[in-house]
Amino acid sequence: METLEQIRGRLLARFPAAKVEMVLNPGVAAEHSLLLEAASGREIALFLRDDPALQLDYCSNATGVDWPAKETVETVKTTVPDPAGGPPKVTEEKIKRVTPGCLEAVYHLYSMALKHGPVVIRLRTANRSDQVMLPSLTPVWRSCDFQEREIYDLFGIVFEGHPDLRRLLMWDEFKDHPMRKDYVDPDDYEWEPTAHAQVLERAKAHFPAAPAAPKPEAPQS
Amino acid sequence: MSNPVPTSAPASGPAPQITDAEREELRRHGVLITYFEELYNWGRSNSIWPLQFGLACCAIEMIAAATARFDIARFGAEIFRPSPRQADLMIVSGTVTKKMAPQVVRLWNQMPEPKYCIAMGACAISGGPFKQGYNVLKGVDRFIPVDIYIPGCPPRPEALLNGLVELQKKIKAERLTGPGAAEFTQADQPSEFPIPEFGAHDLVPPKNDSVWTPPSPPRKA
Amino acid sequence: MIGEGSAPAPFGFAPGPSVRAVNDPFHGDLLEVSMGPQHPSTHGVFRMVATLDGETIVKLKPVFGYLHRNHEKIAENTTYLGSMPYTDRLDYLCSMTSNWAYALAVEKLAGQPVPDRAQYVRIIMAELTRIVNHACLVGFLFNDLGTSFTPLLYAFREREKIIDLFESLSGSRMMCNYQRFGGCRVDPSPEWLAAASKLVDNFPRFLDEYEQMLTGNEIMLARTQGIGRLSLTQAINGGITGPVLRASGGGYDVRKVDSYGFYPRFDFRVPIGAHGDTYDRYMMRILEMRESVKILQQAFRDIPSGSIMDPKAKLRGFRPKAGEAYGRTESPKGELGFYLISDGGPNPYRYRVRPPSLINLTLLEDMCLGHTVADSVVILGSIDIVLGEVDR
Repeated sequence: METLEQIRGRLLARFPAAKVEMVLNPGVAAEHSLLLEAASGREIALFLRDDPALQLDYCSNATGVDWPAKETVETVKTTVPDPAGGPPKVTEEKIKRVTPGCLEAVYHLYSMALKHGPVVIRLRTANRSDQVMLPSLTPVWRSCDFQEREIYDLFGIVFEGHPDLRRLLMWDEFKDHPMRKDYVDPDDYEWEPTAHAQVLERAKAHFPAAPAAPKPEAPQS
Repeated sequence: MSNPVPTSAPASGPAPQITDAEREELRRHGVLITYFEELYNWGRSNSIWPLQFGLACCAIEMIAAATARFDIARFGAEIFRPSPRQADLMIVSGTVTKKMAPQVVRLWNQMPEPKYCIAMGACAISGGPFKQGYNVLKGVDRFIPVDIYIPGCPPRPEALLNGLVELQKKIKAERLTGPGAAEFTQADQPSEFPIPEFGAHDLVPPKNDSVWTPPSPPRKA
Repeated sequence: MIGEGSAPAPFGFAPGPSVRAVNDPFHGDLLEVSMGPQHPSTHGVFRMVATLDGETIVKLKPVFGYLHRNHEKIAENTTYLGSMPYTDRLDYLCSMTSNWAYALAVEKLAGQPVPDRAQYVRIIMAELTRIVNHACLVGFLFNDLGTSFTPLLYAFREREKIIDLFESLSGSRMMCNYQRFGGCRVDPSPEWLAAASKLVDNFPRFLDEYEQMLTGNEIMLARTQGIGRLSLTQAINGGITGPVLRASGGGYDVRKVDSYGFYPRFDFRVPIGAHGDTYDRYMMRILEMRESVKILQQAFRDIPSGSIMDPKAKLRGFRPKAGEAYGRTESPKGELGFYLISDGGPNPYRYRVRPPSLINLTLLEDMCLGHTVADSVVILGSIDIVLGEVDR
């Protein structure tokens, strides 16, 4: 099978208006992926499925990933030489950078005809709040049907072109998207003799006067 | 409810006119003299018909208890009824999720009195390994009264049979009349419980307060 | 709503007699029946909302989520090793293969090698699990056909023998929690291997007895041949894997394609069906059981001595480098895959199970349209689902 760079080159040649980037996987497995954009996602998917050299006719896995906004603080040191000839002045500047969050759909594609794979493609939404539309790849690979419904249910990505986008695992009246990193589950505190982690936090919230509370203090894990 | 184990003399009524030796003598001639309560309880406890209600992994051990090696048929309980109207035991085997909880309560309501419930497995008792779940009901006893708890993940089929034997003992100890009479004989005890609804974030109500109260921390005297 | 391209229309592509239901006062109303979640033959808490015209199914929508235990969310708050017992509870009939799929994905993520003996032991456990699963599946399928428990009792007799072996090795009948990253937890003793080998040598006799009762049975043939046909193009596009795909003619077995573990050293064939109906799916399981016996006999013959666990494997403080990996295996139900994203910490950033049972249900409606309700129960039984895996 061709390498990912070659596939990317062919995609850019075939769809010059599309943006296709390589996302390198730093881990040992070295499973790099292609980042596609929402506008050209479906036509690129059709090309990947029907191209005779690739024939990626089997979409094995469709996953959602939540990348919340990340705030990084970068310290920039500038060295200003002292005009009087003394030691240079070093000033430190702290720049706060906020990488905006997004929701991502990752698809693992294999070929049953040519027995090769995987080719991993990713689609990212613009942000996590209101612009959460992505093209549905269900018309291309029917196996994405339930998986995209699950991504909608648990992450909140709305897939355009999906024939039946409803919640899959949670009940229809449920309002949240539970797999997001900022989901808070309903406060269902029950006293436990050896509370730790989340239960201990809830316990402290329910019994605020910690020294006076009769419950035994459990060590935090 | 506390039911005292019946001794050879009943708690209420006149002293018996017949001794145990005479009863035994008559029995050898094929004449059985007993109390209606004892006969009724003997019949009921040795022919408990469970409801075919497997939820998750514990259901496989329940089916294994019904197979030839462990043989629940020896205890009279091999007829698993598909319909709740014909069953008198509900073995809640497996995790009860919040999506499934209204159906569990509905099935319980449809079972006719006298009915019993066994919570089999850690998930049915308290949520089990999945306790920190947004969709997991932390114990089926939040909505319906449970008679026997069988711990384990999953409990062995022998543990289920042990639980069944305990239930048989409990049934045999039930009184039908008098101050300690069983709940199903009393008209003011509810046999149907309100069915929770699906709310936006959780079940509404999250628990039935008349059936279950959360455990409270031990108070230092 | 259907995109352009050469794909067949996702809905309404029903093989067999075309179904036109007319819902008016002259012809009568369509009946909407909800089968499940408590139903004798839905294999767990699974619900099908079927719209019927008389007895014929006009529309069928599956409803899931009744066993959604948010395994993936729990895994984000648990260490990698801490999620291993939860993988037992995914496909609760086949805990050994679920463990292996997860261990494979983590070993791929971390670049962890596995010693030879452990590879052989893993294959032995996986093929024993395959036998257990297929025997029980055939039993449950015949339960759905109406034989009321007898074949299942025979299947469970064999299952009890095999899970006794699992219990003596790993401590638990069903939830074995046996694989680790870099090997297995317990080294099987020579006595265990001898007992397992003897069981495997006696197994073809049980299969012959089973087949004598079931395979040529004319009621079974009448009720399963031609029912629930699935064409190959539909199956590939629908992401169907495992014996269901192979019954439709697809020659895709992850053991042969990915060559994971030491499977390339074993001589075994992969049965392929011709018609894609329920009878073919049943025969796939029987034939695969026979092939598994062959693999097991070779494994018992060739297993080397050595350590069961890589000595450099990190058990405590296991933090794989940041990155992602997708590891997949051929579980008895289909392709079971785990997609893991690591951010360098002790817990995975994203942990995803690719459930074969859920994806094999994508085409349930297509397979059931035009058949009766009784047939839909048999078709569902032949797909082989386990709700722990569907809902996770």
